[in-house]
Amino acid sequence: MNISESQASSELTSAPKTDKPKARKNSETRGRLLRRALGSGLLTVVVIALALIWSVPTFGLFVSSFRPASLITTTGWWSGLIPPWNFTLQNYIDVLQAQGLGQAFVNSLIISIPGTFLPMIIAAFGAYAFAWMKFPGRDFFFMGIVALLVIPTQIALVPVLKLFTDIGLTGEYAAVWLAHTAFGLPFAVFLLRNFFAALPSDLMESAHIDGASHWRIFWSIIIPLSVPSLASLGIFQFMWVWNDLLTSLIFLGGNPQRAPMTLSIANLVDSYGSNYPVLTAAAFLSMALPLVVFFALQRYFVRGILAGSVKG
Amino acid sequence: MTTTDYQTVSIVPKAHKARKEHGQTWWAWVWVAPALILELIFYIYPLIQTIILSFQNADSSSYVGFKNYVTIFTNPTMLEVIKNNLLWLVLATLLTVGLGLIVAVLVDKVRVESVVKSALFVPMAISFVAAGVIWRFIYLYSPNGENQIGLLNAFLGLFKVQPQAWLINTSFNNLALIAVYTWMWTGFCMVIISAALKGIPEDVIEAAKIDGASNLTLFWRITVPMVQPTLGVVATTMVINVLKIFDVIYIMTGGDYKTDVVAVEFYNQLFNFSNYGLASALAILLLIVISPVMYINIRRLRAQEAER
Repeated sequence: MNISESQASSELTSAPKTDKPKARKNSETRGRLLRRALGSGLLTVVVIALALIWSVPTFGLFVSSFRPASLITTTGWWSGLIPPWNFTLQNYIDVLQAQGLGQAFVNSLIISIPGTFLPMIIAAFGAYAFAWMKFPGRDFFFMGIVALLVIPTQIALVPVLKLFTDIGLTGEYAAVWLAHTAFGLPFAVFLLRNFFAALPSDLMESAHIDGASHWRIFWSIIIPLSVPSLASLGIFQFMWVWNDLLTSLIFLGGNPQRAPMTLSIANLVDSYGSNYPVLTAAAFLSMALPLVVFFALQRYFVRGILAGSVKG
Repeated sequence: MTTTDYQTVSIVPKAHKARKEHGQTWWAWVWVAPALILELIFYIYPLIQTIILSFQNADSSSYVGFKNYVTIFTNPTMLEVIKNNLLWLVLATLLTVGLGLIVAVLVDKVRVESVVKSALFVPMAISFVAAGVIWRFIYLYSPNGENQIGLLNAFLGLFKVQPQAWLINTSFNNLALIAVYTWMWTGFCMVIISAALKGIPEDVIEAAKIDGASNLTLFWRITVPMVQPTLGVVATTMVINVLKIFDVIYIMTGGDYKTDVVAVEFYNQLFNFSNYGLASALAILLLIVISPVMYINIRRLRAQEAER
């Protein structure tokens, strides 16, 4: 109720609410206007300062990753901003060639792409049935899946790991795909079911009268109409899978050939405790793709958060 | 709250309900089966299994009753873990929701709104692993007198403050970790609260202003009560998140230097000490603590369904 579709439309990018000077001008003296202008100027300074503070850590990493190894470990990154500039791509070259992070990047993609699309497809089928089909226990099972949202994934790790080891799945990509699908489903089903249920019922009705099957309605009406919500979900799931550490850590069974970026970097932190030149470039490489996705599709990302946040 | 089309659509459309659905029940099960089977394997089966394991010894060869649970609440190391989790629960939730609210209110009135929001929101796209590396450069420590390459120590050095080992000194290393989490999740809270702020009717605020309400009165008497349901949603999300907190601690301290929390200790018991019994008991403890939140969520969802 709190975060409904109506609010989802007012997004990050929406125009700021400005005061209505016309209505107020008469009732205000010039002194108050002046104070107001000063106040809003101060406010702008404060929030910009806040934005800068929030950006400094990431910016620091960005600058560091382009500094020569010898300088990273002896001077603060901010001193690199003062001319004469001394920047290099060597850290990136080192990371990609010597540390096998290039392979890790590919592994991250191999894990993330099915890890994003599998749960979306399975959730879309389930969500359609929960929204537009009738079967006994429908609401019970829907509520049940939503309840799973809060169960710590840690609980699944031991028993599923044993199960996977028994059937020889541990260390395979398929183990991680299945895990990400299962862990992503509660949120995905919840989000899509609410979007699907909000579609106008006359549409479904007339399609049924025309003799269209559920299968046809799903593919030719529901899916095309739900592209924005599917996009929100996709971005969300992608970021989650790409940034995940725990699932890969456990289900890949320490197989370094299949380790994604997060796992490789975590291992670098362990074994190279203070090899900061390598770490900076590696960390920034791992952030590059999610950041691009984020800035390109920020609108959908925010919409997904707003629609999904009702889950609590 | 405004009523939208979204809310007035009933779960089961009336026309649809009237249709004959004979023979369609099994078909519906086919549609939900993949989801239900996966959830059964990854949630329900492990849940039952973990409950059983939590009553067994380290290698699951015999039953030990409540011994693992007693260990959690008597062993000093475990008590430390619980204490840290409580600190996280209170501080991290308050900081993310509180800052999120304040920032949302502040940016609501300025022209640079979307830029500021983006800046606060970016850390959401960053993995905890990368965030760990980023914040190492903030917390880096060199002995006094040496060139400080960590931003925080260098900055404090300007004011002649002694350099500190932020992640090792047990009097504030938990706070240092919570700061990283706050940096990552304030944007999330801010975005949701900000959307709720846009939903407050303009005339309510106008009326209060005409009555001469100060900004502070406006904030406490109008804004906060109006967005209170949203604050509840955001806070429960944070509570669930924080109770399960793992990555940021695992990557930055590994739970050493008295920064251990339940999820990290769970991992250590499992993979470093192979104590399946104690690890499972820790997982069940998390579940028991989170259950009330789950109940609140289901009730909220039910209420929403009833409104449709």
